[in-house]
Amino acid sequence: MSRFKKDSKKEVGSINTSSLPDIIFMLLFFFMVTTTMRETSPKVKTKVPEATEIQKLEKKSMVSYILIGPPINKRLYGSNSRIQLDDQFASVKDIGEFVARERQARNEADRNKITTSLKVDQDTKMGIVTDVKQELRKASALKINYSARKAGKKKQ
Amino acid sequence: MSKRAVPEINAGSMADIAFLLLIFFLVTTTMDVDTGIIRKLPPPVEKNQDDVEVKDRNVLKILVNSHDQLLVDGERGDISTLKNKVKDFMALHPDNEQYPEIKPKFIKELNKEVMLSKGVISLKNDRGTSYGMYIKVQNELAKAFNEMKDEKSLQMYGVKYKQLVDEKKVKVINKLVPVPISEAEPENVGGE
Repeated sequence: MSRFKKDSKKEVGSINTSSLPDIIFMLLFFFMVTTTMRETSPKVKTKVPEATEIQKLEKKSMVSYILIGPPINKRLYGSNSRIQLDDQFASVKDIGEFVARERQARNEADRNKITTSLKVDQDTKMGIVTDVKQELRKASALKINYSARKAGKKKQ
Repeated sequence: MSKRAVPEINAGSMADIAFLLLIFFLVTTTMDVDTGIIRKLPPPVEKNQDDVEVKDRNVLKILVNSHDQLLVDGERGDISTLKNKVKDFMALHPDNEQYPEIKPKFIKELNKEVMLSKGVISLKNDRGTSYGMYIKVQNELAKAFNEMKDEKSLQMYGVKYKQLVDEKKVKVINKLVPVPISEAEPENVGGE
Protein backbone atom coordinates (compact mmCIF):
# COMPACT_ATOMS: atom_id res chain seq x y z
CA MET A 1 0.00 0.00 0.00
CA SER A 2 2.88 2.26 0.42
CA ARG A 3 3.23 2.47 -3.25
CA PHE A 4 0.74 5.33 -3.39
CA LYS A 5 2.28 7.26 -0.57
CA LYS A 6 2.30 10.94 -1.28
CA ASP A 7 5.61 12.32 -2.06
CA SER A 8 5.45 15.48 -0.09
CA LYS A 9 8.65 16.86 -1.45
CA LYS A 10 7.48 16.94 -5.04
CA GLU A 11 5.55 20.14 -5.71
CA VAL A 12 3.13 20.61 -8.55
CA GLY A 13 4.56 23.17 -10.90
CA SER A 14 2.31 26.18 -11.36
CA ILE A 15 0.78 26.64 -14.78
CA ASN A 16 2.15 29.53 -16.71
CA THR A 17 -0.74 31.93 -17.19
CA SER A 18 1.09 34.71 -18.90
CA SER A 19 -0.58 33.93 -22.23
CA LEU A 20 -4.06 33.91 -20.75
CA PRO A 21 -4.73 37.58 -21.54
CA ASP A 22 -3.82 36.93 -25.17
CA ILE A 23 -6.29 34.09 -25.44
CA ILE A 24 -9.01 36.11 -23.82
CA PHE A 25 -8.28 39.09 -26.06
CA MET A 26 -8.60 36.88 -29.09
CA LEU A 27 -12.05 35.74 -27.95
CA LEU A 28 -12.92 39.33 -27.11
CA PHE A 29 -12.09 40.56 -30.59
CA PHE A 30 -14.10 37.77 -32.13
CA PHE A 31 -17.20 38.76 -30.21
CA MET A 32 -16.60 42.46 -30.77
CA VAL A 33 -16.51 41.95 -34.50
CA THR A 34 -19.56 39.71 -34.65
CA THR A 35 -21.68 41.78 -32.32
CA THR A 36 -24.69 43.62 -33.61
CA MET A 37 -26.42 45.52 -30.89
CA ARG A 38 -30.08 44.94 -30.42
CA GLU A 39 -31.63 48.16 -31.61
CA THR A 40 -35.14 47.68 -30.41
CA SER A 41 -36.65 45.80 -27.57
CA PRO A 42 -39.72 43.84 -28.57
CA LYS A 43 -42.99 44.91 -27.06
CA VAL A 44 -45.05 42.26 -28.77
CA LYS A 45 -44.70 38.51 -28.71
CA THR A 46 -43.69 37.23 -32.12
CA LYS A 47 -43.48 33.50 -32.31
CA VAL A 48 -43.04 33.19 -36.04
CA PRO A 49 -44.50 30.15 -37.80
CA GLU A 50 -42.46 27.24 -39.05
CA ALA A 51 -41.70 26.68 -42.69
CA THR A 52 -39.40 24.53 -44.78
CA GLU A 53 -38.81 26.62 -47.88
CA ILE A 54 -37.02 29.46 -46.18
CA GLN A 55 -34.30 31.72 -47.46
CA LYS A 56 -31.76 33.73 -45.53
CA LEU A 57 -31.98 37.47 -45.68
CA GLU A 58 -28.68 38.53 -47.14
CA LYS A 59 -27.95 42.06 -46.03
CA LYS A 60 -28.98 42.86 -42.52
CA SER A 61 -28.55 46.58 -42.99
CA MET A 62 -31.05 46.51 -45.85
CA VAL A 63 -33.84 45.07 -43.76
CA SER A 64 -36.46 46.98 -41.86
CA TYR A 65 -38.68 45.17 -39.43
CA ILE A 66 -42.37 45.33 -38.73
CA LEU A 67 -43.50 43.33 -35.73
CA ILE A 68 -47.08 42.20 -35.28
CA GLY A 69 -48.35 40.19 -32.38
CA PRO A 70 -50.07 40.23 -29.02
CA PRO A 71 -48.45 42.66 -26.55
CA ILE A 72 -46.13 41.15 -23.97
CA ASN A 73 -47.60 43.34 -21.28
CA LYS A 74 -51.16 42.06 -21.47
CA ARG A 75 -52.40 43.94 -18.43
CA LEU A 76 -51.59 47.27 -19.95
CA TYR A 77 -52.29 46.75 -23.61
CA GLY A 78 -54.73 43.85 -23.86
CA SER A 79 -54.25 40.70 -25.87
CA ASN A 80 -55.24 41.88 -29.34
CA SER A 81 -52.48 41.86 -31.91
CA ARG A 82 -50.74 45.18 -32.31
CA ILE A 83 -48.17 46.57 -34.70
CA GLN A 84 -44.78 47.60 -33.44
CA LEU A 85 -42.57 49.91 -35.48
CA ASP A 86 -39.11 50.76 -34.17
CA ASP A 87 -39.65 50.98 -30.45
CA GLN A 88 -43.32 51.74 -30.04
CA PHE A 89 -46.80 50.62 -30.87
CA ALA A 90 -48.20 52.03 -34.06
CA SER A 91 -51.33 51.90 -36.13
CA VAL A 92 -51.71 50.89 -39.76
CA LYS A 93 -51.67 54.54 -40.82
CA ASP A 94 -48.11 55.03 -39.53
CA ILE A 95 -46.64 52.50 -41.94
CA GLY A 96 -46.24 54.94 -44.84
CA GLU A 97 -44.30 57.31 -42.66
CA PHE A 98 -42.21 54.45 -41.29
CA VAL A 99 -41.25 53.33 -44.80
CA ALA A 100 -40.29 56.91 -45.71
CA ARG A 101 -38.19 57.16 -42.57
CA GLU A 102 -36.41 53.90 -43.32
CA ARG A 103 -35.67 55.13 -46.83
CA GLN A 104 -34.24 58.39 -45.49
CA ALA A 105 -31.84 56.48 -43.30
CA ARG A 106 -30.26 54.66 -46.24
CA ASN A 107 -27.97 55.77 -49.02
CA GLU A 108 -29.68 56.93 -52.17
CA ALA A 109 -28.30 53.99 -54.12
CA ASP A 110 -29.68 51.46 -51.68
CA ARG A 111 -33.15 52.84 -51.26
CA ASN A 112 -34.90 50.42 -53.56
CA LYS A 113 -33.09 47.43 -52.11
CA ILE A 114 -34.82 47.63 -48.77
CA THR A 115 -36.64 44.49 -47.74
CA THR A 116 -39.41 44.75 -45.21
CA SER A 117 -39.43 41.77 -42.92
CA LEU A 118 -42.76 40.97 -41.33
CA LYS A 119 -42.29 39.29 -38.00
CA VAL A 120 -45.78 38.14 -37.26
CA ASP A 121 -46.97 35.90 -34.48
CA GLN A 122 -48.43 32.67 -35.80
CA ASP A 123 -51.75 33.10 -34.01
CA THR A 124 -52.40 36.55 -35.43
CA LYS A 125 -55.37 36.91 -37.74
CA MET A 126 -54.66 37.80 -41.35
CA GLY A 127 -56.82 40.94 -41.23
CA ILE A 128 -54.17 43.12 -39.67
CA VAL A 129 -51.45 41.59 -41.83
CA THR A 130 -53.45 42.31 -44.97
CA ASP A 131 -53.90 45.92 -43.89
CA VAL A 132 -50.17 46.26 -43.38
CA LYS A 133 -49.49 44.71 -46.77
CA GLN A 134 -51.88 47.13 -48.45
CA GLU A 135 -50.12 50.06 -46.77
CA LEU A 136 -46.75 48.72 -47.90
CA ARG A 137 -48.06 48.50 -51.45
CA LYS A 138 -49.22 52.09 -51.28
CA ALA A 139 -45.80 53.14 -50.04
CA SER A 140 -44.29 50.96 -52.81
CA ALA A 141 -42.16 48.95 -50.44
CA LEU A 142 -42.75 45.83 -52.45
CA LYS A 143 -39.98 43.51 -51.33
CA ILE A 144 -41.23 41.72 -48.28
CA ASN A 145 -40.21 38.74 -46.25
CA TYR A 146 -42.54 36.62 -44.17
CA SER A 147 -40.29 35.80 -41.28
CA ALA A 148 -40.36 32.10 -40.48
CA ARG A 149 -38.15 29.66 -38.69
CA LYS A 150 -36.90 26.35 -39.89
CA ALA A 151 -39.21 23.53 -38.94
CA GLY A 152 -38.18 21.94 -35.69
CA LYS A 153 -35.98 24.80 -34.58
CA LYS A 154 -37.00 26.43 -31.34
CA LYS A 155 -36.58 30.13 -30.87
CA GLN A 156 -38.04 32.95 -28.86
CA MET B 1 22.66 59.53 -13.97
CA SER B 2 22.39 56.58 -11.77
CA LYS B 3 21.10 53.37 -13.17
CA ARG B 4 17.48 53.06 -12.38
CA ALA B 5 15.48 50.10 -13.54
CA VAL B 6 12.13 50.93 -15.07
CA PRO B 7 9.57 49.31 -12.81
CA GLU B 8 7.66 46.53 -14.47
CA ILE B 9 3.95 46.98 -14.89
CA ASN B 10 2.00 44.26 -13.26
CA ALA B 11 -0.05 42.67 -16.00
CA GLY B 12 -1.71 40.15 -13.79
CA SER B 13 -5.06 41.90 -13.80
CA MET B 14 -5.08 42.30 -17.56
CA ALA B 15 -6.85 38.98 -17.92
CA ASP B 16 -9.57 40.16 -15.54
CA ILE B 17 -10.21 43.32 -17.49
CA ALA B 18 -10.32 41.39 -20.74
CA PHE B 19 -12.70 38.90 -19.17
CA LEU B 20 -15.03 41.66 -18.15
CA LEU B 21 -15.15 43.05 -21.66
CA LEU B 22 -15.52 39.57 -23.07
CA ILE B 23 -18.53 38.83 -20.92
CA PHE B 24 -20.12 42.13 -21.90
CA PHE B 25 -19.86 41.33 -25.60
CA LEU B 26 -20.95 37.75 -25.05
CA VAL B 27 -24.15 38.96 -23.47
CA THR B 28 -24.95 41.63 -26.04
CA THR B 29 -24.18 39.48 -29.08
CA THR B 30 -27.04 38.29 -31.21
CA MET B 31 -25.96 36.08 -33.99
CA ASP B 32 -29.33 35.06 -35.35
CA VAL B 33 -29.97 35.52 -39.02
CA ASP B 34 -33.43 36.38 -40.12
CA THR B 35 -34.95 33.76 -42.35
CA GLY B 36 -38.26 33.60 -44.11
CA ILE B 37 -40.23 33.36 -47.30
CA ILE B 38 -39.40 36.21 -49.63
CA ARG B 39 -42.22 37.52 -51.78
CA LYS B 40 -42.88 40.54 -53.93
CA LEU B 41 -46.05 42.53 -53.52
CA PRO B 42 -47.83 43.72 -56.64
CA PRO B 43 -47.50 47.43 -57.33
CA PRO B 44 -50.39 49.56 -56.12
CA VAL B 45 -53.49 49.50 -58.28
CA GLU B 46 -54.16 52.71 -60.13
CA LYS B 47 -57.63 54.09 -60.12
CA ASN B 48 -60.01 53.25 -62.95
CA GLN B 49 -57.75 50.52 -64.14
CA ASP B 50 -59.65 47.70 -65.75
CA ASP B 51 -59.41 44.27 -64.26
CA VAL B 52 -57.44 41.92 -66.40
CA GLU B 53 -59.66 39.16 -67.64
CA VAL B 54 -58.15 35.73 -67.16
CA LYS B 55 -59.80 32.64 -68.49
CA ASP B 56 -61.22 30.36 -65.87
CA ARG B 57 -59.16 27.37 -66.92
CA ASN B 58 -55.99 29.39 -66.41
CA VAL B 59 -56.60 30.07 -62.75
CA LEU B 60 -56.16 27.80 -59.76
CA LYS B 61 -58.15 29.38 -57.00
CA ILE B 62 -57.06 28.74 -53.45
CA LEU B 63 -59.29 30.07 -50.73
CA VAL B 64 -58.59 29.95 -47.02
CA ASN B 65 -61.48 30.73 -44.72
CA SER B 66 -61.52 31.94 -41.17
CA HIS B 67 -61.54 28.39 -39.82
CA ASP B 68 -58.28 27.69 -41.68
CA GLN B 69 -60.02 25.42 -44.16
CA LEU B 70 -58.91 25.23 -47.76
CA LEU B 71 -60.95 25.42 -50.91
CA VAL B 72 -58.92 24.48 -53.98
CA ASP B 73 -60.68 25.02 -57.29
CA GLY B 74 -64.11 24.65 -55.76
CA GLU B 75 -63.37 21.54 -53.73
CA ARG B 76 -62.40 21.03 -50.14
CA GLY B 77 -58.65 20.77 -50.18
CA ASP B 78 -56.01 19.65 -47.79
CA ILE B 79 -52.62 21.16 -47.08
CA SER B 80 -50.86 17.85 -47.71
CA THR B 81 -52.15 17.49 -51.26
CA LEU B 82 -51.81 21.15 -52.20
CA LYS B 83 -48.24 20.90 -53.48
CA ASN B 84 -48.97 18.11 -55.94
CA LYS B 85 -52.11 19.86 -57.12
CA VAL B 86 -50.14 23.00 -57.88
CA LYS B 87 -47.42 21.05 -59.67
CA ASP B 88 -50.00 19.16 -61.70
CA PHE B 89 -51.76 22.39 -62.58
CA MET B 90 -48.59 24.15 -63.70
CA ALA B 91 -47.29 21.22 -65.78
CA LEU B 92 -47.81 21.43 -69.51
CA HIS B 93 -50.82 19.59 -70.88
CA PRO B 94 -50.97 20.76 -74.50
CA ASP B 95 -54.22 19.08 -75.58
CA ASN B 96 -56.23 19.03 -72.39
CA GLU B 97 -59.02 21.56 -72.04
CA GLN B 98 -59.04 21.16 -68.26
CA TYR B 99 -55.59 22.55 -67.85
CA PRO B 100 -54.27 26.06 -68.54
CA GLU B 101 -53.43 27.24 -72.00
CA ILE B 102 -49.84 27.36 -73.11
CA LYS B 103 -48.06 30.15 -74.85
CA PRO B 104 -44.72 30.38 -76.60
CA LYS B 105 -42.11 32.64 -75.10
CA PHE B 106 -38.81 33.67 -76.57
CA ILE B 107 -35.93 33.18 -74.16
CA LYS B 108 -33.01 35.41 -75.09
CA GLU B 109 -30.40 33.39 -73.25
CA LEU B 110 -31.33 30.15 -74.97
CA ASN B 111 -32.06 31.84 -78.28
CA LYS B 112 -35.22 29.86 -78.89
CA GLU B 113 -38.91 29.78 -78.15
CA VAL B 114 -40.16 27.72 -75.26
CA MET B 115 -43.72 26.75 -74.39
CA LEU B 116 -44.87 28.01 -71.01
CA SER B 117 -48.08 27.51 -69.11
CA LYS B 118 -50.43 30.45 -68.82
CA GLY B 119 -51.58 29.25 -65.42
CA VAL B 120 -51.94 31.60 -62.48
CA ILE B 121 -52.34 30.67 -58.83
CA SER B 122 -54.82 32.91 -57.10
CA LEU B 123 -54.56 32.99 -53.33
CA LYS B 124 -57.35 34.50 -51.32
CA ASN B 125 -57.72 34.58 -47.59
CA ASP B 126 -60.22 35.80 -45.08
CA ARG B 127 -59.46 38.46 -42.51
CA GLY B 128 -59.97 35.79 -39.88
CA THR B 129 -57.47 33.32 -41.29
CA SER B 130 -54.63 32.69 -38.91
CA TYR B 131 -51.20 33.80 -40.01
CA GLY B 132 -49.79 30.36 -39.30
CA MET B 133 -52.14 28.79 -41.84
CA TYR B 134 -51.37 31.46 -44.41
CA ILE B 135 -47.64 30.76 -44.11
CA LYS B 136 -48.32 27.03 -44.39
CA VAL B 137 -50.08 27.63 -47.70
CA GLN B 138 -47.36 29.99 -48.91
CA ASN B 139 -44.79 27.41 -47.89
CA GLU B 140 -46.51 24.66 -49.88
CA LEU B 141 -46.69 26.92 -52.92
CA ALA B 142 -43.01 27.79 -52.55
CA LYS B 143 -42.21 24.09 -52.22
CA ALA B 144 -44.07 23.28 -55.42
CA PHE B 145 -42.26 25.93 -57.41
CA ASN B 146 -38.89 25.08 -55.90
CA GLU B 147 -39.36 21.45 -56.88
CA MET B 148 -40.30 22.46 -60.40
CA LYS B 149 -37.18 24.62 -60.61
CA ASP B 150 -35.08 21.71 -59.36
CA GLU B 151 -36.57 19.38 -61.96
CA LYS B 152 -35.98 21.85 -64.78
CA SER B 153 -32.47 22.52 -63.60
CA LEU B 154 -31.64 18.82 -63.31
CA GLN B 155 -33.02 18.23 -66.77
CA MET B 156 -31.08 21.07 -68.37
CA TYR B 157 -27.84 21.31 -66.44
CA GLY B 158 -27.69 18.14 -64.38
CA VAL B 159 -27.60 19.92 -61.02
CA LYS B 160 -30.23 21.20 -58.63
CA TYR B 161 -31.35 24.82 -58.74
CA LYS B 162 -29.63 25.70 -55.47
CA GLN B 163 -26.34 24.35 -56.77
CA LEU B 164 -26.32 26.45 -59.92
CA VAL B 165 -23.36 28.78 -59.83
CA ASP B 166 -23.64 30.53 -63.18
CA GLU B 167 -25.94 33.50 -62.86
CA LYS B 168 -27.07 33.17 -66.44
CA LYS B 169 -28.31 29.66 -65.80
CA VAL B 170 -30.20 30.83 -62.72
CA LYS B 171 -31.84 33.48 -64.88
CA VAL B 172 -32.84 30.93 -67.50
CA ILE B 173 -34.45 28.69 -64.92
CA ASN B 174 -36.27 31.63 -63.38
CA LYS B 175 -37.65 32.50 -66.79
CA LEU B 176 -38.64 28.92 -67.55
CA VAL B 177 -40.36 28.47 -64.19
CA PRO B 178 -42.08 31.74 -63.33
CA VAL B 179 -43.88 32.05 -60.02
CA PRO B 180 -47.31 33.40 -60.95
CA ILE B 181 -48.91 33.76 -57.55
CA SER B 182 -51.57 36.43 -57.47
CA GLU B 183 -52.97 37.63 -54.23
CA ALA B 184 -56.39 39.05 -54.65
CA GLU B 185 -57.48 42.35 -53.22
CA PRO B 186 -58.58 41.66 -49.68
CA GLU B 187 -62.18 40.83 -49.02
CA ASN B 188 -64.13 38.68 -46.69
CA VAL B 189 -64.71 35.22 -47.98
CA GLY B 190 -67.03 34.41 -45.14
CA GLY B 191 -67.15 31.78 -42.50
CA GLU B 192 -66.93 34.16 -39.56
